[in-house]
Amino acid sequence: MKKFFSLALALLLVLTVIPVMPAQAAGGSITVYNWGQYISDGSDGALDVIAAFEEATGIEVNYVEFDSNETLYTKLKTGGSSYDVIIPSDYMIARLIQEDMLEELNFDNIPNYQYIDEAFKNTDYDPDNAYSVPYTWGTVGLIYNSKYVDTPTSWDALWNSDYSGKILMFNNYRDAFAIAQALKGYDMNTTDQAELEDCAELLKEQKPLVQEYVMDQIYNKMIREEAWIAPYYAGDYLQMSVDNENLEYVFPEESYNVFIDAMCIPKGCQNKEGAEAFINFMCDPEISAENLSYIGYSTPISAAKEYMDAEVTSSPVAYPDDETLSRAQSFTYLPDETSHLLDQLWLEVKTDGGNTTMYLIIAAAVVVVVVVLAVVLQMQKKKKKARRGGQG
Amino acid sequence: MSKKKRWLSGPYVLWMVIFTVVPLGVVAYFALTDNITGAFTLQKRANVGSYLPIFLRSVGLSLVSAVICLLIGYPVAYCIARTKPSTQRLLYLLVMLPMCMSFLLRTLAWVALLEDTGILNTFLGKLGIGPLPLIRNYAAVILGMAYNYLPYMIMPLYSVIVKIDHRLVEAAQDLGCNSVQVFSRVILPLSLPGIVSGVTMVFVPAVSTFYISQKLGSTGTILIGDVVESQFKGAYNPNLGAALSLVLMALVFVCVGLMNRFTDDDGEEIVTI
Repeated sequence: MKKFFSLALALLLVLTVIPVMPAQAAGGSITVYNWGQYISDGSDGALDVIAAFEEATGIEVNYVEFDSNETLYTKLKTGGSSYDVIIPSDYMIARLIQEDMLEELNFDNIPNYQYIDEAFKNTDYDPDNAYSVPYTWGTVGLIYNSKYVDTPTSWDALWNSDYSGKILMFNNYRDAFAIAQALKGYDMNTTDQAELEDCAELLKEQKPLVQEYVMDQIYNKMIREEAWIAPYYAGDYLQMSVDNENLEYVFPEESYNVFIDAMCIPKGCQNKEGAEAFINFMCDPEISAENLSYIGYSTPISAAKEYMDAEVTSSPVAYPDDETLSRAQSFTYLPDETSHLLDQLWLEVKTDGGNTTMYLIIAAAVVVVVVVLAVVLQMQKKKKKARRGGQG
Repeated sequence: MSKKKRWLSGPYVLWMVIFTVVPLGVVAYFALTDNITGAFTLQKRANVGSYLPIFLRSVGLSLVSAVICLLIGYPVAYCIARTKPSTQRLLYLLVMLPMCMSFLLRTLAWVALLEDTGILNTFLGKLGIGPLPLIRNYAAVILGMAYNYLPYMIMPLYSVIVKIDHRLVEAAQDLGCNSVQVFSRVILPLSLPGIVSGVTMVFVPAVSTFYISQKLGSTGTILIGDVVESQFKGAYNPNLGAALSLVLMALVFVCVGLMNRFTDDDGEEIVTI
């Protein structure tokens, strides 16, 4: 019997070790952690970028998605999983650099970095170009369905009660607060507590009108016209508008966010050279052109535009004119206290409302009924016991 | 029990320690520390009280759905228990069938049904009605809970009812009970343990659920499970999430304890008159 057990145990041990040593491909494998709907995946006849990379380098790619910078941050912080390439936005890169969570890149392995436009180098978030290589840039604007919504000019359309229940809102605090900040005329990187609380109040006012706080679920909802108006990223609008012609995009008259998403290598990566090969591959102008034509975001590589359709490169949504861009603001690193305050205010917004007194009454009534029932039952039982005891 | 047999529970005890006791300790540790400094604190936890309305909403909605499950599930369980054994097995399988599909998928299916542009409203629209507000309200959340957890109610009810000795029913009839009395004085008291465990098995997962309220509820029907999820997933504040989980756990214990008052270890005594 003992022999059998040790044999079974040994077998179990072997079985647990096997998945740790996967069949090593020529170049090993890398894990890429990217936003949802954010790479050309071969659908609709587009290039499957990952397959092309695997074919070119022999490196196998595990592709995983996140839905907001904060989710990515939490995943990295809690650990337990390692990624080789991540693609956060500017302000999050600044935070990751600040907290020493990124590896410095070896640009000898990324010769295609030369194609990146000068405008996307020496940025605020990575002033020495040591940690990140731009993937895309884009803007946040209003997406609306022209069938139901009159052409909006301002963010306040998201507070219009005519569209109650048909409004979607960002499900991450940075983008959500930016809209309130734009409406109130505050800086998008304000650290002033009173200003932020003011914005939270504005978001609480909006909440009853909001159908749902969403990220990528916006595709489904806007395309099927379950929702009529939403703030979202320009590139995603371009993808959505293919499936529903009634969708329009507008830059509000207030300020709006312009962002850069860039590829980085987090500390604890398993295959840094593989990761750098991936980053290099994505900066190839032809690949970038194929990829960004599909995902709709704007390219930081001017050389890539030569390979793109004129229709794409002349789109005022993807490449707005200078005058429109002058209203845009980018996010910068916020100190920890402000991040925590925003976390807390965002939670307050999300948990606000509900008829408190009604619930108190209902819950109290339920509890009272349950307790009374329990007591009555108990007493009855005792009586019966006593009677039985008397008879016995 | 001999020593040898006790040893057989070893793997389970080990499992419990590694996957239940230790994580509980971690949750408690996180609940009592500060998310920024990591120091032990109770002061910060005082604001857990501000989530009281959400706790109450979770408890209220899950109690309502547990009652609905009971009202729907009891007759079903009773009918299944009264059929031929071969039919019983088939019907029991059918009750469990929805559980073979992912819980998330089932909830999303309800969204597709109930949405303003969903299947039901499209159909009603063809008839010239609506769109009716079928989704994004409390009723939809309760529906989602009741639908998802109904099998958990039927299973324990069925297994208790099927064991009720039919001779007791006959005896009651012989002694002059009408059908209502047979039910209220014999069958109901005997199935009480099933009711209690059914209500518990619906209430406990429902009170801590998330996702259902996000998908079927409005922005105002957020439940405590959603708050906990957000603290672990996006906000990187596991400390608040852990504290809320602990409070929820305590709340569940109180509720389950209260429910267990209905049945005693000598439950059968109730019928002895």
